[in-house]
Amino acid sequence: MSLRILCCVKRVPAPGAKINITDDGLDVDATHLGFTTSPHEECAVEGAVQLVEEHGGEVTVLTLGSGEAEEQLRYAASVGAARGVLVPIEDVDWDPQRTATALAAAITDLESGDEAPFDLILFGNESADAGGFQVGVRVARSLGRPIVNGIKGIEVGDASVTASRPVDGGSEVYVLPRPAVLGVKEGLNLPRYPTMRGRLASKKLEIRVINADASPGGQSRVRLHRPPEVASNTVILGEGPEAATAVVDVLEELGVI
Amino acid sequence: MLLVVLEHHDGELAEAAREALTFGRVLASKLGSEIHAALIGSDSDDLVVEAGSFGAEVIHVATHDDLTGYGPDAHGSAVTRMIDELDPVAVLACGSDRGNEVMAQAAARLDAPFVANCVDITPGSPWECTRVQWGGSLLEDVTLTADLPLVTCGFHTVAAEPAEGGGSNPEVEEFDLELDPADLVTLVRDRVVLAAGVTLPTAPVVVGGGRGVGSAEGFESLEELAALLGGRVGCSRAVTNLGWRPHTDQVGQTGTRIAPEIYIASGISGAIQHWVGAMASKHILAINTDREANMVTKADWAVIADLHEVIPAIITEIHSRHPDL
Repeated sequence: MSLRILCCVKRVPAPGAKINITDDGLDVDATHLGFTTSPHEECAVEGAVQLVEEHGGEVTVLTLGSGEAEEQLRYAASVGAARGVLVPIEDVDWDPQRTATALAAAITDLESGDEAPFDLILFGNESADAGGFQVGVRVARSLGRPIVNGIKGIEVGDASVTASRPVDGGSEVYVLPRPAVLGVKEGLNLPRYPTMRGRLASKKLEIRVINADASPGGQSRVRLHRPPEVASNTVILGEGPEAATAVVDVLEELGVI
Repeated sequence: MLLVVLEHHDGELAEAAREALTFGRVLASKLGSEIHAALIGSDSDDLVVEAGSFGAEVIHVATHDDLTGYGPDAHGSAVTRMIDELDPVAVLACGSDRGNEVMAQAAARLDAPFVANCVDITPGSPWECTRVQWGGSLLEDVTLTADLPLVTCGFHTVAAEPAEGGGSNPEVEEFDLELDPADLVTLVRDRVVLAAGVTLPTAPVVVGGGRGVGSAEGFESLEELAALLGGRVGCSRAVTNLGWRPHTDQVGQTGTRIAPEIYIASGISGAIQHWVGAMASKHILAINTDREANMVTKADWAVIADLHEVIPAIITEIHSRHPDL
């Protein structure tokens, strides 16, 4: 078996950092931010690379973003992706419909000519920043392929893919015919770090640019803002193990003992 | 009317469905419209009665012989067909994994916009929605221009509350659901039961550990405390990345969202991506050596101490007061 797998990734500010907003409220202030691949998608790339290591084949990474998103394509190459494709945009975040239309067009372009369809397309369940929860579903639908989201386990069979998704107390198992699309979540695997050899190879990655324009959808950003700060009225129960008495008082009061 | 899509599992209404109806009552009153609910894949009387107590006035029940379990295509297709036939003014679900998936499926089928995880909605022309970004650490105001607005409310944005006066005895309308073979491709094939008993998303008590726990072995006392309180252990992303705990224990934006009666966060600094997974906790007790830690300043109660001294002391205190535990 030889698998052609496509991963769609997004460049996002590194999670955990304090995020400031630009004065016009339209975007995140990137001045002091590190950038990374959205965490679910980092696991998508790792998952794709592992499948190709097991079954043979090739991983392609596709991103829609500014020219700087090239960095995320090269990172994916440093951990095992063979090809990188950029759909360049100049604006801040495109809305989900517009993003999905452009990605579907780019994928159709990548699959045109002698190239067979990708056996598997992986999306992150949602991007860490905008979190629209829909781009993968829209792309799959427009390509006429099945998709299931929330996936944390993937096994590939002869003509199918078996995917599992955690639910409260267990997991649900889905079996999809290929070509198929999956929205995966962090926890699918623990992504590897690039090797020095990988880093060097990634510098030589030739990035294919596909211009795919699309009209804006019906969701339009007005501004970003911060939620109101939670009032800080912390009651300090004590310093040191002597506080245990007060802690157990609280637990009893709440009725959890 | 406003159509609210109900999530249910194993014959029970999901918390997400209760939240959707609670949020939906406010939205329906802004719209000046009735609130109807879509119950797909079950015709259980219990579900109907409970949905009524949360304010659903009419429940459209859609079952099908082939719909043997959940499937994103089947449910998305059912919602789309209900929209065609029932002509709602808007459709709402709760932004749980399943709720967002079903709404995305419906939106893709209709080629209509879909705004996920709203915390506030003002209907108008266009609709104005405030939605969460970064799992809740930023908010985004958007306009929604659509013939039929499709929205979800953020999971745990509102606390589920039954309707005033106990709601209504809802009218039940059978919906004649047709499905295409393509709608059945993504049906759940199998269920694997992993954990019996309490699970992280529903645990009444979560004892969380962060980098401050120091090692995988360091979680033993947290396990012991969680077991005493009938709860579960959770952890931060740093802990998962260090390989001390499985990802299934991770609380946060890319892990599990918890909503316990009390979250005991020990050795956790409280990075924003952890906080957004924990903020629906009804109460928070932070144990940390750093009184300036985010988790401490946001908690209801804090103990400024080494967790490895405090947690064993709490366990001893519980045993001395409750020898039967």
